[in-house]
Amino acid sequence: MDHFFEKYPLKKPGDLIPLLQDIQAETGYLTDEIIGKVSEHLHIPANRVYGVATFYDQFRFKPRGRYHIRVCRGTSCYLCSSSSYLKEIEKLLKIQCGTVSRDKKFSLEAVSCMGGCSQSPVIRINTTYYHHLSIADLSGIIRSLKEKTE
Amino acid sequence: MLLTIEINGRQTTAKRGETILTALNRTGVKVPTLCHLSNFSPGGACRMCVVEVEGLSHLVPACSYQVEEWMKIFTHSPRVLKARKTLVELLLANHPDDCLYCDRSGTCELQGLSEELQVRERKYLSKRTPVQIDKACPSIQRDPAKCVLCGRCSRICSEVMGVAAIDAVGRGFHTRIGTSYNKGLNVNACVRCGQCVMGCPTAALTERSSISQVMEALDNKELHTVVQFSPTLPAAIAEEFGLKSNKDILSLLRSVFKKMGFRQSFDISLAADINIMEEAALFPESGSANPGLPLFTSCCPAWVRYVKNLRPEFAHCLSTVKSPQQIMGTLIKKYITSNAGIKTENVFVVSVMPCTAKKAEAEDDGSTPKPVNAVITTRELVKMIRLLGIDISSLEPEPSDTSYAMSSSSGRLFGVSGGHLEGLMRSIHFMSSGQELSPAKITDLRGLKSRKEARVRINKQQVNIVAVSGLANAIALLDEIARGNNSFQIVEVMACENGCINGGGQKIGSDEKNMKARMKALYDADEEEIVKQAHKNPVLTELANKFLSKPNSPGNREILHTIHTQTDGK
Repeated sequence: MDHFFEKYPLKKPGDLIPLLQDIQAETGYLTDEIIGKVSEHLHIPANRVYGVATFYDQFRFKPRGRYHIRVCRGTSCYLCSSSSYLKEIEKLLKIQCGTVSRDKKFSLEAVSCMGGCSQSPVIRINTTYYHHLSIADLSGIIRSLKEKTE
Repeated sequence: MLLTIEINGRQTTAKRGETILTALNRTGVKVPTLCHLSNFSPGGACRMCVVEVEGLSHLVPACSYQVEEWMKIFTHSPRVLKARKTLVELLLANHPDDCLYCDRSGTCELQGLSEELQVRERKYLSKRTPVQIDKACPSIQRDPAKCVLCGRCSRICSEVMGVAAIDAVGRGFHTRIGTSYNKGLNVNACVRCGQCVMGCPTAALTERSSISQVMEALDNKELHTVVQFSPTLPAAIAEEFGLKSNKDILSLLRSVFKKMGFRQSFDISLAADINIMEEAALFPESGSANPGLPLFTSCCPAWVRYVKNLRPEFAHCLSTVKSPQQIMGTLIKKYITSNAGIKTENVFVVSVMPCTAKKAEAEDDGSTPKPVNAVITTRELVKMIRLLGIDISSLEPEPSDTSYAMSSSSGRLFGVSGGHLEGLMRSIHFMSSGQELSPAKITDLRGLKSRKEARVRINKQQVNIVAVSGLANAIALLDEIARGNNSFQIVEVMACENGCINGGGQKIGSDEKNMKARMKALYDADEEEIVKQAHKNPVLTELANKFLSKPNSPGNREILHTIHTQTDGK
């Protein structure tokens, strides 16, 4: 953990979020242990660190799958029935929104606006954005990901 | 600078920069509040204090809105009343309906508001999130279902205690007051001070009750159930039952305990005297053991827990002497009752304390037999007195039936911040110089201040001492010490502001007036008492010949001292 802390030697309270972001970028998610260590480094009570981390959607407490699927539920996407897309993906992957598949290959999340309102509904898988899809397109995309082995 | 404002059509003045609520309180207009805590920064979370201001389209919260020149405020207009009522109705939407069975029935602020605003039906019904009651901590119980998210507990916990053991977790509709990783209070930074219980408007936070355990013990005729009580109890009982302070409340208390079925009752002040003697003997060697570092008192279990778990680098500075509660329990079990021919396993010691942390302290004591079997708070004792139908006003004072009732007023001063130190200095002065500290009263250590510094001259040497109350202030002092800029030789810490008179087991809703009265009761007792010094207590002389040996001798260390090791809180 020390290499994360070296970047924030001043131990300002304001370092909390950037530090958590740095750590999560490498570990993928936050654990009890990480919260404790960050709390010790910045002299912020562990409970306060946990409170901040749970406030923001960007911080996760569970590992993600290899393919992390984000379905937008911003106003524009919602009006373009993004919730039906979400339901369809849940059905295809047999997992619920916010969870990870048993083989750790897929995780599914509903997120707030991704800034592509004119392209609604927007779905993002890892770093690839999909837009203007029809619900029928989803099964093909998921199948191709399922078949990928690496 | 004064401003002119109008409250409900009446002109009055207000200071620039103050909130509407402050101005209202001064003029005697009462608006309901829920999340507001006086002397804290405004929370603005509950909106219960909304008022109408002429010219503004929206209602404004009085607690966090500043007065302006010629502001016309309406505190009880139909619009305001309707808004407040709706707010309560919304709070009730996911609140359990079990008022009849609730610990805080009658003292619940939500119940009070609902009554005040004439809520007569459940207007909204929302889904209740299934939450588990956190019962793992021996001192405090959390029932998140009853939480109204006013945030008072978490603000007290972080601003007064500096611990932030409970805080807002999650966001929006899913926000709740919780602990890190939703683990129980027993394994986090909580020091068990119970100030959150004092701050909670509902029964979301309560003490872990030991009433049934004590009732069972009283009912068991095989057990020799005795009670020991804190020096703060007489004032608290006088306040609760409206007794005049000139009555001999100690004797009345003895009579109450006898009615309740306790075989004997003891004032813990005696053990406080022993604590002073041990600590006074410890003081000279603490300077050489930890050069440059002060000796920390160890009578407050919340403070001890904080140092042990969160600042273990200072644990060696803590006095190793056990707290008066544990010393008294040891004395009762190992000497007083065994001398009277009662088997130790049949002795059940109940302690009445103004404190929730004492419950955990009694449980955590590793010695066998456990010196104290159960701890009830002052609040629980009041409940028990009512439960057993004891009418205090009709009781006759009971003379003391034990020769162990004698204590110096130093021991009694333990109940108030600075008092322990004052008593300790009296004995240290005598032990090092052979002369009594004169005058016995150390004025610098008295009064309602969170940090009281004093200097005492002993043999031409100056001893710098400080009494701190409110754990956050103690944490600030620890940081000072860590930076090396301090010259204190003894530091007394009481986790609760003003000490045990404001402990987490005292009456809920106590204000500054109560604080002053409780403080005065202890100071008055010191004025009136002839034996003001622990070393002059005749009982100690008797004990020194029979049960104890010289203070801080190996024999005494065995039974009266402890080693402070880290527990599992973080």
